[in-house]
Amino acid sequence: MSELLQLTAAQAGERVRSGDVSSTELFELYRERARGDDLNAFLWVTDEAPTAPDGDAALGGVPLAVKDLFCVEGVPSMAASRILEGYRPPYTATAVEKLVAAGAPVLGKTNMDEFAMGSSNENSGFGPVLNPWDRGRVPGGSSGGSAAAVAAGLAPWAIGTDTGGSIRQPASLCGIVGMKPTYGAVSRYGMIAFASSLDQCGPLTRDVTDAALLLRHMVGRDPCDSTSLEFPEPIELPTADRLDGVRLGVPPELTGEGVEPGVREVFERTVKLVEELGGSIEEIGLPHSPHGISAYYIIAPAEASANLARYDGVRYGPRAGDGDLLSLYEETRAEGFGAEVKRRIMLGTYALSSGYYEAYYGQAQRVRTKIADDFRAAFERVDLVLTPTSPTVAFELGERTDDPLAMYLSDYCTVPMPLAGIPAISIPGGLSEGLPVGIQLAGPAFSENRILSAAHALEQAIAFEGRPFDA
Amino acid sequence: MIDRKQVLGVARLARLRLSDEEVERMSTELSTILDHIEKIGELDLEQVEPTSHVVQVENVLRPDEPRGSLPRERALEQAPDAAEGGFRVPSPGPHA
Repeated sequence: MSELLQLTAAQAGERVRSGDVSSTELFELYRERARGDDLNAFLWVTDEAPTAPDGDAALGGVPLAVKDLFCVEGVPSMAASRILEGYRPPYTATAVEKLVAAGAPVLGKTNMDEFAMGSSNENSGFGPVLNPWDRGRVPGGSSGGSAAAVAAGLAPWAIGTDTGGSIRQPASLCGIVGMKPTYGAVSRYGMIAFASSLDQCGPLTRDVTDAALLLRHMVGRDPCDSTSLEFPEPIELPTADRLDGVRLGVPPELTGEGVEPGVREVFERTVKLVEELGGSIEEIGLPHSPHGISAYYIIAPAEASANLARYDGVRYGPRAGDGDLLSLYEETRAEGFGAEVKRRIMLGTYALSSGYYEAYYGQAQRVRTKIADDFRAAFERVDLVLTPTSPTVAFELGERTDDPLAMYLSDYCTVPMPLAGIPAISIPGGLSEGLPVGIQLAGPAFSENRILSAAHALEQAIAFEGRPFDA
Repeated sequence: MIDRKQVLGVARLARLRLSDEEVERMSTELSTILDHIEKIGELDLEQVEPTSHVVQVENVLRPDEPRGSLPRERALEQAPDAAEGGFRVPSPGPHA
């Protein structure tokens, strides 16, 4: 097997730029890997060789795996839903366009939970993705295909989307790095909408430097997304290997009850490491974060029920029903949507329906304010918040499919951040029972450089070496 | 608790046709989920402003000048049934 596979994306890009390796050779190597995918991580792999990028293209021609939620012109973009089967959009998402322009050609589209609704990838309309660490287990979700592809060396790096944890949780369960940027940092144009006030896309990579490099070329205001903002400073490639003077807050609400012992052990080891690296640890309170799941599972389905109204068999996707227009809508949606998507549409429609709106949606929005206030207060005392990313390691396929509430609780540690709109990263902290445990670092809005820098220092000290493939 | 009749009412609003088995399952599952999430109703948040958007942004305006858009044929390319430059659908029927 090629030693090129051992390189991070940034290193591979350097090799291309220095002329050691041709971008075509690199692309073909990964195309072969992606074609041989036996994890169901890819829904589509390109059969065209990209035009060789400019010799000094910033991303060095390193191929990119793209979650199926992103529209890519002429390429199947289905949000892993049968209701968009065969859909090939007439335009490309801004984030993808920017990365391609910077020299990261699209390798393929990765599997995911249908419309990004799920924490295990078992809700894909095209079958579950297997975790490369243990094929009997889930890779997490919803960006499970992107996470599994990077972890298994089928792609050098990938992008995904995070609404309640959909980048960070699969990154955690697959032993890689995943970052959800500040809301508004990256354009959502061309990203198939799930919950518009929460959705944000970001990198899934082998290390923190790759995440910084990819993010650097994703951020920025886009006239096509009015909620996008100019990032206030350039994203730096992190170099820190110490945490001197960095204050990290540990909230008991997200680190105690519900976190399984093996995960807690890795977390506690990380806390000690922080101190060894010169950082300080302080207990902080996030008293409303335990209500995050409830607020999230009202707000996200409510927004989804509106966003998914457009899938009605009129403009794209397959059509069902043979009677009048109403039957066309109802049959198309009955056949096209999977069980979880139906459940969320029902939940959201119920929460928004007359007589319930204030009690559910209104109250959830007030909880959201309190969660954001908690973080604001915490960041007056500390620079970053440190928690486990997922309360458990990767669980077994089928383990939670019959219990939607248990599945929703998988997002316990990751939903408060998108509710507050703040950025957070997950990095591998170690193994528990042979499976990866992710550590999460969150910071105030637009503190991406601070997060990446601290994550880099921790990454060096943790020296996580696990990799579920031979290279 | 959300009963069968409520499930059918919500499904009608959401334009979803559910099988009998789905109605049963939805009633049980939604009840369990709602039991959990309803706990936020106990919080006293009357004085708290709701958050609908997390980042402070100004309304974005641009000059009202015509710009190029997707050609009609491109927009119709993916339609399950396109005819006469539009999306063809059956008659709205008696429910309309």
